[in-house]
Amino acid sequence: MTAPLLEVRNLRVEFPTRRGTLVALDDVSFSIAHGEVLGVVGESGAGKSMTGAAIIGLLEPPGRIAGGQILLNGRRIDNLPYAELRKLRGREIGAIFQDPLTTLNPLYTVGQQLVETMVTHLPLNPAQARAKAIEWLELVGIPAASQRIDSYPHEFSGGMRQRVVIALALCAEPKLIVADEPTTALDVSIQAQVITLLKSLARDKGTSMMLVTHDMGVIAETADRVAVMYAGRIVEIGAVRNVVLNASHPYSAGLMGSIPPVGRRLERLQQIDGSMPRLSAIPRGCPYNPRCPQVFDRCRMERPELMPARENLAACWLYAEQGVPRHA
Amino acid sequence: MRNADGTPMLETIDVARHFDVSRPLVQRLLAREGKRTLRAVDGVSFAIQKGTTLSLVGESGCGKSTVARLVVGLYGPTRGSVIFDGKDLSEARADSTQRRRMQMIFQDPYASLNPRWRVRDIIAEPIRAFGLLKSEDEITARVAELLTQVGLSPLDGQKFPHEFSGGQRQRISIARALSSNPEFLVCDEPTSALDVSVQAQILNLMKDLQQRLGLTYLFISHNLAVVRQISDRVGVMYLGRLVELAPAETLFTTPRHPYTRALMEAIPDLEMTGRQRIPVGGEVPSPISPPTGCPFHPRCPLANDRCKVERPEMIPARGTPETLAACHAVEEGRDRVGEPLVAA
Repeated sequence: MTAPLLEVRNLRVEFPTRRGTLVALDDVSFSIAHGEVLGVVGESGAGKSMTGAAIIGLLEPPGRIAGGQILLNGRRIDNLPYAELRKLRGREIGAIFQDPLTTLNPLYTVGQQLVETMVTHLPLNPAQARAKAIEWLELVGIPAASQRIDSYPHEFSGGMRQRVVIALALCAEPKLIVADEPTTALDVSIQAQVITLLKSLARDKGTSMMLVTHDMGVIAETADRVAVMYAGRIVEIGAVRNVVLNASHPYSAGLMGSIPPVGRRLERLQQIDGSMPRLSAIPRGCPYNPRCPQVFDRCRMERPELMPARENLAACWLYAEQGVPRHA
Repeated sequence: MRNADGTPMLETIDVARHFDVSRPLVQRLLAREGKRTLRAVDGVSFAIQKGTTLSLVGESGCGKSTVARLVVGLYGPTRGSVIFDGKDLSEARADSTQRRRMQMIFQDPYASLNPRWRVRDIIAEPIRAFGLLKSEDEITARVAELLTQVGLSPLDGQKFPHEFSGGQRQRISIARALSSNPEFLVCDEPTSALDVSVQAQILNLMKDLQQRLGLTYLFISHNLAVVRQISDRVGVMYLGRLVELAPAETLFTTPRHPYTRALMEAIPDLEMTGRQRIPVGGEVPSPISPPTGCPFHPRCPLANDRCKVERPEMIPARGTPETLAACHAVEEGRDRVGEPLVAA
């Protein structure tokens, strides 16, 4: 087996505040293979975007990586000096964020932004980069690319802007894309176009992707594997089919069950009572125990680590007999 | 609350709302351009029977939220009328008993609650405004009852909105909306700012309240899966007009208008049947200069020359007569129901 492209080991992110330190990410470990799409799902505040930000080195201060390692192609990237990190961003790791309007600089044309990125990271002169920029705009499906290249971001519609952002993220041919809710700001019909595009480009270029979203439908269609996060931890990770259709962790099962199906009408939707705990009040033991329908004594006392649970790995004591828990 | 005479709770007749989006006069004169009108809603007619839910779906900019605002009277219609329980709202505007009978729930529970008020005051505001209860003791008891009804604790009345999560705040919004004993609720994307697990809680709560209190809902959403769970009838909007209006089951099993079919096609397939999706091309055109004829024709695989010039009216669809659809292809029977929607 070849080494994974990205490896995150026991990542811990802390936010020091006046009232003590908040642990936003706790003991997060996963890897992404070459060409693989890993979906990261969970409710708001679960730490999915934080994980993405930590990988790109864009944690908002005072947040900081307090423990663990992030390795890209076997090289540690979590402790790089700023200048090194800048070379890495764009060249090795591309980023796509939710809101295309704040990602693009409103004062430069999209062409200028694409050319700047490529000239910085690739051995191209501005003229070559401009030709390449037009190619990229065509590739992401912008009509009349050779004219639109000199337009400013505000002259594009939301869907077209997100296509520009995708071109911008991919143009330096990074090996990994961190896409944080790339379709959330878009309408459903545009969403389908953008997802199809992202998927086919990643496949053609062999790019790996970490796809952060709360939209399980997008994950089901795009990802190879899924990690489900809850209160700053990964509670389940496994192949997309196993997690979506046959979740092991009671939280993942509840999350999947609460998605309204479009194919039929239910009298009552399955719901998870309560809400996710605040970072300042994460319960002892399993953080999900106050909401869990299958809770028992051990869940209230000891925190479960990821352990084999059917085909997946789940952090749940229900599966303790299946194998020896993997203590970190 | 239901009366037997069959008067709909709410009816809109060819209601329209236009906005003047012209540039300032001097600039307009310098550039020699005329006035520009945005037709946010351009002739929408529907009726909601008592105790039922009608949902309006569509993409951003289709005018669904403007319809919600027209219905509750936050905007006055440019044309047409809104009839609430048999009375034209434009005449009943000053009548506060009429106003009390309808309430609205907004999308963003972070913006719709005053952060400086305690929850009990937020919920009691409509009671005080309409003078429904006189003594403070009665008001306190009623607020406690409302909080319990939406699944919160009476003690939560002491707190401020920031102490609650998004789902709990939306429950507070619902309690406030219910405090004036309304019969009709307009819900503008009430769950789209919430996480799925919380969305399920709110949808279940809304269903329970409808059964218990006999409420009538106008439900605005862009999420077809949510709409399927909650609606009796569904209207699909595109560029300020209804393109299809049908009983929910009919709409989801046999969507007729090509736009409805495209929307259904765009929903990601969670059951992972491996079905290949064909996303609809193009984007929603600007409502300032909508296309001639059928507004959907530039994106429609079934469009022909007639669609480019003649605007289709809402008429019963062939084969599913309980569906109203505004589509020449459906009328002419060239819509190939059941086949993938691709250009001929």
